[in-house]
Parts: sequence; structure tokens; C-alpha cells
Amino acid sequence: MTCAWTPAQPLVRMRDVHKKFGAATVINGISIDVMKGEVICIIGPSGAGKSTLLRCINALVPIDSGSILVEGQEVNDPKLDKLKLRRKVGMVFQQYNLFPHRTALANIMMAPLHVLKRDRVDVEAEARALMRKVRLDGKEHSYPGELSGGQQQRVAIARSLAMQPAAMLFDEVTAALDPETVKEVLVTIRELAEEGMTCVIVTHEMGFAREVADQIYFTDRGVVVEHGPPAEFFTNCRDERTRRFLSQIL
Amino acid sequence: MISDLPVLKPFRLQSTAHDSPHSPFTAHHGILLLIALMLSICVGEAQAGPGTPSILATILRWTPLLAQGFALNIAMSFFAMAIGTVLGLALGLGLIAVTRPVRAISWLITQFFRNAPWLVLLFYCILLMPFEVRIGGAIVPLPGWAKSTAGLALPVMANVAELVRGAVQSIPSSQWEAAEALAFARLATLRLVILPQCVKRMTPPWMNLYAIVVVATPLTSIVGVSEAMTLTGDVLSSEGRPELLVPMYLYLLSWFFIYCYPIARATVALERRFQVS
Repeated sequence: MTCAWTPAQPLVRMRDVHKKFGAATVINGISIDVMKGEVICIIGPSGAGKSTLLRCINALVPIDSGSILVEGQEVNDPKLDKLKLRRKVGMVFQQYNLFPHRTALANIMMAPLHVLKRDRVDVEAEARALMRKVRLDGKEHSYPGELSGGQQQRVAIARSLAMQPAAMLFDEVTAALDPETVKEVLVTIRELAEEGMTCVIVTHEMGFAREVADQIYFTDRGVVVEHGPPAEFFTNCRDERTRRFLSQIL
Repeated sequence: MISDLPVLKPFRLQSTAHDSPHSPFTAHHGILLLIALMLSICVGEAQAGPGTPSILATILRWTPLLAQGFALNIAMSFFAMAIGTVLGLALGLGLIAVTRPVRAISWLITQFFRNAPWLVLLFYCILLMPFEVRIGGAIVPLPGWAKSTAGLALPVMANVAELVRGAVQSIPSSQWEAAEALAFARLATLRLVILPQCVKRMTPPWMNLYAIVVVATPLTSIVGVSEAMTLTGDVLSSEGRPELLVPMYLYLLSWFFIYCYPIARATVALERRFQVS
């Protein structure tokens, strides 16, 4: 099912998404709308299916039932062109997952060169601009192993941005970082959000979520327990589970 | 004062480094070989009848001929390795193919050629391949050494295929996931992300395999190729001196040792370096 998509409709529209791994239900009927330019933070205890939900959006993990529309295109469609979908949706991982055999600059250039088949001169100019954007100019020719965790994660963000995606997915991108490098990555994401990039962020950084999100979703055991704009969400949440989670973490 | 608090003793990881089979080419073995060679020459001299040329002189006289034969050993090992590696890379990709039938057939081929005795494969190649082939208008003769090379290339192919499969599977799945998320197709992921990272892991065992192939080339003497082993036999029968037997074969053995020792050293050095990085 593909219908004409207009920016007035949600960029990502999830309806009643279900996902099981064997006998374990990971996502049990989640519906979320993400408008263009909106920043969504998904929080919740470990094992709540947050990371899986992100992977469903760019079809890294197939869903069992329900519907996910990205720019009007159904992800849960066997005829889906996955590669086309993934050009629209960038993803950044907890463990950075840079390609260790290529330099930082080459990591950023690989997908535009080999997937989009674009001209090398343009791609390199853009990649250098992206390195400046994430404040890593001078590190172009370093290998991932020579960079700190925070630097690697910023290269990973730049690598994803090089595909000029319509939306970015962030999967606990600061969870593996040293406390002092968390900030540099969060600053980069906040700048992206301020520029109007549509972001779906899974995070444990409550302060950051409160600051940057337009909507906060609290998930537990595969369902959305509660959601709302951050001011409302953090001050007067109604649900008992949310309150308990927040009291543990704040 | 005695504390009953648990004490954390310094913990040292046991070295589990050497997955590769024990190399027969260590300096220790080299020294043993040299001692055995010298001893056998001395014993040979003592056994020799009066008026015959010395063992050492006889060995040196035949050395140019043996060197020719040894060059054929090296050539066969080289071509067998080259052909086997190219075929093995293709077969290895078949082992990790998405389509099940391709995987199954590749698995069968790999298992067969990996486990079949090398000598059996050699005989098959010698007996089943024609002595000449017609390519276009020209008739190309297939000498015994060429057929033997093909026979040696088959087990190399199967072993390289296993190396490829093992190396690809040792790359963390997160690398696949990252490439997928960047919209790389499967083949592009293999070519640009996975295989380049495999080269480093595959090099030491691949060099090890080469040393094994070199040592296996004398098998071809059984099917009549004039390589160093065959020539040594010829020399012995033309000399007709039983005291030459042990020194001559030890001498030939040391040729193989001298050729393979640097390869073995380099393999170990590479393994160490890759373990650190």
C-alpha cells in the first residue's frame, strides 16, 4: 500500500505494531506518529522493545502484524524495496559500528559513493563539511580505532547524515560512552534537532530527552504506557509504572 | 591482622593463542635436521668402500639436478595455491550464500575435497584428465605436472573455502547491520565491508596452508612427475650405493625445510601482530 504522501501527514506512522521473537512478545501493539521535523524520545526500562521498534522502522527487523508507513510507504509489505526505504531513514547504533578498515572520511563517503553512485568530488566535499559539522575536522584520515568513543559516534552520525535521510533513528547512542564524552554527542544531536531533522531517539538521558523532545513516549513490556510533551510528562504523569521508573532514574 | 574479606588475586589469562596446528618448521626442528644430516653423512662415509668418492662430493655433484626438480615442486605448489585460492574464494562465497541449494552444493563440494585423501585426488586427476586438450585450433599438451597441480589445487580450494566461511562468520553481525542500515545490498556489503576485514584474518592460516601444499608436492612422484623426490630416487638407483640413501633423503628434506621455515616464521609473526591490534 503506497499512497501519495504530503508533509501534513506523519513522516512515520506506526499502527498497532506487533513483534515476537520466538515465544517472547517484544512489541505488543504500539502506535506512534512522528511528524516531519518532530523529535520523539522513547524511554523505558531495558527489554521494553525500544531498540527493536527502531529496527522495525527501517526494516532491519520484520514486524509480525500492524503497519508502519514511512513517507506513505508501507514497511510491512513483502514487495517493499528495503534499500529505498533505508536511504530515507538513517540509523545510529549504540556501538557506533563504524567500518574499522576505513578512515573516518572514507566511512562517511562509502554509502553515497557506492549506494547512491554519486560523483566522488561532490561526495568528498560534503563528507568534509559533515566532519566540520560534527566538529571533527582534522580527524578525516584517522581510523575508527584511533578515535575516542564520542568521536566515533559523531563520525557514525555524520556517516548516516551523508545519505541525506528524511529521518534519523538514534538507538541509545550514548549508552556505551564515557560520561565526559556523552555531552559532545548530545550537543551534535541537539543541533540536528534544532535544524529541523526528524529524529526518533531511544535514550536513557532524561535531562536530554526533556530538553530536546517534542513528544516523550514511555514504553514498558512492549506497549506505550504514557506519552506527552516533556513538560507535562515529567511533572504530572498519571501512570504508576511511569512514576516508579522516573523516580528510579531521576 | 587477618581480614576475612575476599581478596582478588591478580588474574592472568592463559595463552590460548595458537589455534593453528603446530608448525613443523621451528628452529628447534632445523637444528635436529642438521644434526641428523651430519650424522648420516659420517656414518655413510664410514660404511663406504675404499676408492669411492665421498658422500658430500656426491651430494654436491647431484645438487644442480635436484635444484631443477625442486623448482618444479615450487612451481606446482605456487600454481596449485593460486588456482585453489581463486576457486576457493568462489566456493567460500557459495558456503555463505542466501539461497539454500547453492549453500548445500557448496557444502558438499567443500566436504568432499577437504576430506578426500590428497593422493586419491592426484590419481583421479592424472587418470581422468586427457593428455592434451584442444583449445580453439591449437592442441595444448597436459603434462603430468600440470595435471598434478590441478589435483593439488582441489584440496586447496576446499580449505580456502572453509577459511573464507570462518572469516566471514567471525566478523561481528553489527557490521552487517550497519551496512544494511546504510542501504548497502548484500553483495556490496560483502565486497566493501566484510571481505576487506577478512583478508587480515585469513592471511596467517592461508600461509600455513601454502607450507602444507609445498610439503605435499613430493606426493606427485608417485604419479611419475620428475620433481625433486623422483629425481632423488633416480640418483640413488644410478649411484647404486646403499650408504647414500639416508643422507640423500635428509638432504632433500632440508631443502623443504629451508624453503618453508621463513614462511612459518612470517605466519607466526603476522598472527602475533594481528592479535595485538
